[in-house]
Amino acid sequence: MKKTFSIGGVHPNDSKIAAGSKIETLPLPKTVFISMNQHLGAPAKPTVAPGDRVKTGQIIGEPGGFISAYVHSSVTGTVKSVGPYKDLAGNYAVHVEIAVEPDEWMDGIDTSATLVKEIPEDRQFIVDRIKNNGVVGLGGATFPTHVKLCPPPEKKAECLILNGAECEPYLTSDYRIMLEQSEKIVIGAAIMKKVLGVSRAVIGIEENKPEAVSKMSAAVASLQSSAKGYDGIEVMVLKKKYPQGGEKQLIDAVMHRQVKSMGLPIDVGAVVQNVGTSLAVYDAVQKNMPLITNVLTVTGTCLPASRQKNYLFRIGVPLSFIAEYDGGIPEEAVKVVSGGPMMGKAISNMEATALKGSSSLLYLTEEQTARKPESNCIRCGKCVEACPMGLEPYLLNKLARNNMMDDLEQNAIQDCIECGCCLYSCPANIPLLDVIRVAKGEVIRAMRARTAPKK
Amino acid sequence: MNKVLVSPSPHIHADVSTAGIMRDVVIALLPSVAVSIVYYGWSSVMLLAVSVITCILVEYLVTRFLLKSPSTIGDWSAAVTGVLLALNLPPACPWWVAMIGAIFAIGVVKMTFGGLGQNLFNPAIAARVFLLVSFPVAMTNWARPAGFINVDATSGATLLGTVKEGLAKGDTLSQIFAANDFSYLQTLFVNIGGSAGEISAIAILIGFIYLLARKVIRPHITLSIWATVIVFSGIFWLINPDQYTDPLFNLLTGGVLLGSVFMATDYVTSPMSTRGGIVFGVGIGLLTMLIRYFGSYPEGVSFAILIMNSVVPLINKAFKQKKYGRA
Repeated sequence: MKKTFSIGGVHPNDSKIAAGSKIETLPLPKTVFISMNQHLGAPAKPTVAPGDRVKTGQIIGEPGGFISAYVHSSVTGTVKSVGPYKDLAGNYAVHVEIAVEPDEWMDGIDTSATLVKEIPEDRQFIVDRIKNNGVVGLGGATFPTHVKLCPPPEKKAECLILNGAECEPYLTSDYRIMLEQSEKIVIGAAIMKKVLGVSRAVIGIEENKPEAVSKMSAAVASLQSSAKGYDGIEVMVLKKKYPQGGEKQLIDAVMHRQVKSMGLPIDVGAVVQNVGTSLAVYDAVQKNMPLITNVLTVTGTCLPASRQKNYLFRIGVPLSFIAEYDGGIPEEAVKVVSGGPMMGKAISNMEATALKGSSSLLYLTEEQTARKPESNCIRCGKCVEACPMGLEPYLLNKLARNNMMDDLEQNAIQDCIECGCCLYSCPANIPLLDVIRVAKGEVIRAMRARTAPKK
Repeated sequence: MNKVLVSPSPHIHADVSTAGIMRDVVIALLPSVAVSIVYYGWSSVMLLAVSVITCILVEYLVTRFLLKSPSTIGDWSAAVTGVLLALNLPPACPWWVAMIGAIFAIGVVKMTFGGLGQNLFNPAIAARVFLLVSFPVAMTNWARPAGFINVDATSGATLLGTVKEGLAKGDTLSQIFAANDFSYLQTLFVNIGGSAGEISAIAILIGFIYLLARKVIRPHITLSIWATVIVFSGIFWLINPDQYTDPLFNLLTGGVLLGSVFMATDYVTSPMSTRGGIVFGVGIGLLTMLIRYFGSYPEGVSFAILIMNSVVPLINKAFKQKKYGRA
């Protein structure tokens, strides 16, 4: 019996239309806008000024706090401006605008294709490389990777879990890198395993990606037989169920442990990293290559088969440039989503640029995405059945609409992971997650205010 | 791109709607409807028509003219109540009794609480019990009207009623069964004598399988009712098979199947969590058997469901879903 998480979950059609498209390199635009706010935590502080010449891979932003990350230039060229520019939702963030010229790489970056299998002995060296090369989690949250790999000394990691579930429908970028860069991902895993000092690393892949399973298994086997440091790495096939790739759900599926409310994975001995992050770790540590590229899927049922693509892009490329290169936004599309259809963000500003964590341009038609009018709750319990955290969305919705903050906290609204399973499965089209999301924010603020030291 | 939509996630929706679910329930009821029409003929057609039309009409009138809100008949839930009510009536029941039942079901039990999703009691069951109390003669007249197969109208009683009377007279079960020509095969396929919807266990089970396959319901409530009926009656039957009817008899006769598949699983009036649903089902099974063995009525499914409906809010508080990371 294949493993999966134990509570709730839904089975949307996986619609992996672009799965067969090999990764193609996107050309460079004339200008890039590189955001200083492409990771969780404090935005980076720009270290360049208009008029400066920058090389590809040069640092242009330094961490703005403990939880923050370096940002590097993805191109060679001249800085034209440093200042506010709109992100995909139309909110301003500091961006560095660079006029693009042909690539001239920073010294010390290994741009060769040689596969480096030997893992460095020095843990601090590894962590420094990961930090200095601006690696952040590419599974959606963009949490700085070096922070996650250095848990406080009193917490002991036992297992590294590599997230290759890619449970969101439509997305195929993780799938493609697992096929095309399997060995690098496994080397990245071995590097992180070394840093964490754990003996076990599990690569979790859903059953709907059999080719990824066989490629990754073959990569593990060949590295284990040809180099040191690859013991204890295994591929685990998981049942197809959304949200398998949720950190808490994946830990439950792989280790049969559950993270306590408001706790962290490390509390149960787990560290979860996305396969894309593992690839970035390989590049950072083995090649001293900063995180300036990622793979993004351009897809949607309204897009012809020939335009379903997986592109290797440089950060800072305008989304409109990607869409145009791919042949333009299809007529029937009414919504463009960055990320998967369950948790991604609807784009209101196509002039915004691609970030380290960008994973898709997903085109949805009105029929697929328009919300239908809300009707009475018929108490069918489908939301309760679907919630992977075991919450009661119908009840949280009712409590939230009546502003019952204490009851919301007692009913664990703060545990909501915003996966969207409740709203997805509601036959009455009640905007459960919309309501819960807002109320959850208020409850967490109230909880923080209560525990914060009084001044 | 002529139009741009921006809204929070999720951006897709499962292919489910209230109307679709209710339509599936109507479809699942069709085998039982068909059997009742074949065996009870025009009187069954009449009861179905009166009940369904009255339910829909009352809901339309209440929403449009009393509540002055958009009509909700498009969600098919009034139609479901109409069909269920008709299937819960004795086939010889006068049409106006069905009409009064339908008015009560929708007008009182459903709409006064705020319409679909707000009612505490299952409208069809509540209406049946209301009619049983208000029109006891019409509601226990088990005469069998002429159908399209058994063309002779006959008078009769339900199996459960016959058993209860026989036991009261001091007969043993084997005597009663022998005198009435009872066979299990008969209950499985055509058990004439009883409410219109109770004729055929097979027809109800086809509906059950359809509802499960369409993921309209999960099996936990229905199965826990069956299990409780089987275990409870099994214990008594093993102790004294001459006084207490056997488990199979209790499962296949009366309203256990119809009630456990179509009424106890009503979303609105059953618990939210799986654990709660099991408690609810066990409660219905126990109450049904207590009424059958020790009560004054021969049948207790309606009462059992109604009583358990009333404790659903408590069950929802006491038996919550297991939460992640909060053992």
